[in-house]
Amino acid sequence: MFRDSHTRPSAQALADDPSRIAGELRIRSIPEQIVEIVSDSGEGAQTAGQIFGTVCAKMSNGLWTVEIIPAEIEPPARSRAGASGIRIRFGTKPVANMGDQADLVVAFNEQVLYSRVDQGALRAGTLLLIDDKWGASDDPKIRAAYQAALEDFDSAGYDVREIPISAETRTLTDNPQRGKNMWVVGLLCAIYSRDLDLAKREVELLFKRKRKGDELIALNHRLLEAGHAWAVEHFETRFEIPSETHGEKMVVMNGNAAVALGAMAAGMEVCSMYPITPATSASHYLAADFHHAGGIVHQAEDEIAAVGFALGASFAGKTALTITSGPGMALKTEFLGLAVMAEIPLVVVDVQRGGPATGLPTKVEQGDLLASIFGQPGDAPKVVIAPSSHEECFHFMVTARKLAESFRTPVFVLSDANLATAQACLPRPNVSEEWLSPPIDQSPWKQGAPAYGWDGETGISRRPIPGQPGGAFVLTGLAHDEQSHIAYESSINQRAMNMRSRKIAALQAALRPPEIYGDEQGDLLVVGWGSTRGAIEEAVDRVRADGHRVGSVCLRFLSPLEPGLEEIFGRYRRVMTVEINYSDDLSGPGTPPSARRYSQLAWLLRATTLVDVDCWSRVPGQPLPPQMIEAALRSRLEGADQCTD
Amino acid sequence: MYGLKSDWLDESTPRYYTFEDYEGATARWCSGCGDHGVLTAVQRLCRDEQLPPEKTVFVSGIGCASRFPHYMNAYGFHGLHGRALPVACGVRARRPDLHVFVATGDGDCCSIGTAHWIHAVRYNMKMVVMLLDNNVYGLTKNQTSPTSNKGSVSNTHPRGSALDPINPIQTSLGIANASFIAQTVDWNPAHLFATLKAAHRHPGLAFVRILQRCPHFKSGLFDSLMSDPSKLLLMTHPDGIVVDDVVKKQFVNQREHDPSDMSEAREIADSQDATPIGLFYRNAAADRYDAFTSEGIATSRDAKLAALEKQLDRYQI
Repeated sequence: MFRDSHTRPSAQALADDPSRIAGELRIRSIPEQIVEIVSDSGEGAQTAGQIFGTVCAKMSNGLWTVEIIPAEIEPPARSRAGASGIRIRFGTKPVANMGDQADLVVAFNEQVLYSRVDQGALRAGTLLLIDDKWGASDDPKIRAAYQAALEDFDSAGYDVREIPISAETRTLTDNPQRGKNMWVVGLLCAIYSRDLDLAKREVELLFKRKRKGDELIALNHRLLEAGHAWAVEHFETRFEIPSETHGEKMVVMNGNAAVALGAMAAGMEVCSMYPITPATSASHYLAADFHHAGGIVHQAEDEIAAVGFALGASFAGKTALTITSGPGMALKTEFLGLAVMAEIPLVVVDVQRGGPATGLPTKVEQGDLLASIFGQPGDAPKVVIAPSSHEECFHFMVTARKLAESFRTPVFVLSDANLATAQACLPRPNVSEEWLSPPIDQSPWKQGAPAYGWDGETGISRRPIPGQPGGAFVLTGLAHDEQSHIAYESSINQRAMNMRSRKIAALQAALRPPEIYGDEQGDLLVVGWGSTRGAIEEAVDRVRADGHRVGSVCLRFLSPLEPGLEEIFGRYRRVMTVEINYSDDLSGPGTPPSARRYSQLAWLLRATTLVDVDCWSRVPGQPLPPQMIEAALRSRLEGADQCTD
Repeated sequence: MYGLKSDWLDESTPRYYTFEDYEGATARWCSGCGDHGVLTAVQRLCRDEQLPPEKTVFVSGIGCASRFPHYMNAYGFHGLHGRALPVACGVRARRPDLHVFVATGDGDCCSIGTAHWIHAVRYNMKMVVMLLDNNVYGLTKNQTSPTSNKGSVSNTHPRGSALDPINPIQTSLGIANASFIAQTVDWNPAHLFATLKAAHRHPGLAFVRILQRCPHFKSGLFDSLMSDPSKLLLMTHPDGIVVDDVVKKQFVNQREHDPSDMSEAREIADSQDATPIGLFYRNAAADRYDAFTSEGIATSRDAKLAALEKQLDRYQI
């Protein structure tokens, strides 16, 4: 029934690619593809997507997945707002962002597709594979809704196909609700010429981790095979995405797993946390395996206790981190100020979500930058860094621990929901034994040496640890002198504040200016930070392809800022930031230039460089697609004061 | 051991610590403040138990009582209002070699830090928690505390406080996994010392509420307890707080109470008659969270590396 007519996943790239004829079967080679699986909550779409994505990665494709998460655990079935699922972008080249619109979407019901339409996730020609069971529903309302939706989608220009997902699954299991996701993985494996044995292996690993028996594994293998066979029978044209060998060993995981493994590799001993979306899964990964590496996860009674426990462990000479998200950062504020004041090493991971208040719990935002740097009362200088990739999620944990100890300071690591939940490939880290070293200088403490023997130039001092004879001191959050004695004298307070601030300058002196992507001078420089890097660079590539001279910089260090920014900014006609946080549009209605509120990095750069840094930012609750950034760049390049989405 | 150099653990020549070895900065509490007596009792305890100062950590929050660590010669952590207990639990988590003491007040423990109090008692990690309860906020100058009596006049309740106070003993006895709940008074050095000693030797979290005089803002609050022996009830038992007969004789009201009997402990705590002092409850076999948190302390670097590689194998393409 689907002969030929059904063989147009129609990625723009498809048209140009030569097809290869193998008997009746045509296999088209394409450079990349964006696939989505969407469903009601709890139908296993994410599991299916993760397995399919892992298979793609294991076939040496580039990979980036995005979880589509409803706010509730189980929103009403067939609800337009409750779409749950996953996007999988895979390609020949490394993939560093979610891309623009999907090429193919598998939907377990038609209603959830509406939310994808609202999100702008589909384009004319997107192939929609929809479970046809709703057309035969006993409920006339459902049948009517189904038909109406098909007509809506058809007239919107999507390539709509009904496929018997539930019906075919039912031939193998009494409960297709719990099996259809695997059938779909089989289907996708056939459409994209994936190695079905790899999929079987992933299924086996997954079910063994969940302590499921062989019987269930065998059933799921049969479902994979059935989905595969059905696609082979009904799809005449299939696709392949050639691989470029990575040349080095790669691993595939999401950003929270990378943070968790990075914490283990950094020699962390204590992860003290309180559950909060989207940070918690990092602690889940740790909780499962941390004890093998000599660490523990403490689930505290609240966010405040979580950081207090970590600080207590750190004071006692142990490496400690706490993992949270924006609301948790707000609650921890007082303790974070204490960590600065009393110079207690601590790694704080903030997996940012939409704010303020409870905001968008499952969705991405880069809204905690300024709160991180300036959030505590008084002057509280500390180190703030932001990974821009999964590889950095891992390695920045090692960096953070090192900086925390060397500079005797809290170090904030700003990840976000995009990195946290996206699966991507990264080179397998070469774990160094050195990273696991004990946290402290263990030479004897000189009798009478002060607890804060600040070096006048760098503000750095060595810290005594309980157990160390001669080092006994009372750490305090009150103003204190070198001996940690409470001291309210103005000169002592001024000096201690100097010393704590000087550490930040000393760290900046050790940093190199950021690398520039694209043109090293020209019309426009785009400055970003964190998870937006991949999408920004893709947008820069596109406008450069049209002859524009555009560069981009991704800042990993936010406090201190990387050096040399004024010089770099001076090489471009215009400088702007692109961020996922709020800003007023340039001369937007109701916002005269004097009242314009800038995005957070732009605030920071304007204040520190005195360059007239512009910004474009959005808070869509999802990663910025390259297309949106591209449009913003073009509008700035054309000199428009206002840009539209 | 414990990831720290082993030569920290023993001095090459064992020495005898004197009382003076535990003296820190000169205490700046008001004269007549009950905290002075507690400080002396603790210094005596450290001396008698020969706790090396470098192996002893005093953790506190904010308030008059929380200045305690500064007046000891030991490691100290004078942190945030209400947050002494999470810090102390963190200190204890991976350092079973340290002796951990917490000094907290009624505002610190029973108001702003209540969540931590409940959970720390349940965690039951080995430490001594001293609640120095003077029924008032002293450092911020005379506000109502959660343990202030109904009707007591303060700057925040000039017409008298509206509600009955929290009874910290009743509350503590209601917490799952509580393992040592005692009450004593600052003005009876012998009972105070005996209570702290029993607390220190208890294998778990020992919660000791110390009724503590504040002559500045609560002058005379405990006068009747001090002048009229019948207002106190001494709980006695061989497994309880054991004091000399000389001390015992000061108490006209005595009641034998087996500290393993929780329901009787609650009955005594609920009683509106005399103020009970002694050990309400003890369960040396209660689960200890520090047994969990100290797992794997001795994991070797090789074992850690092997564990990491195994994890990475899982994600290998």
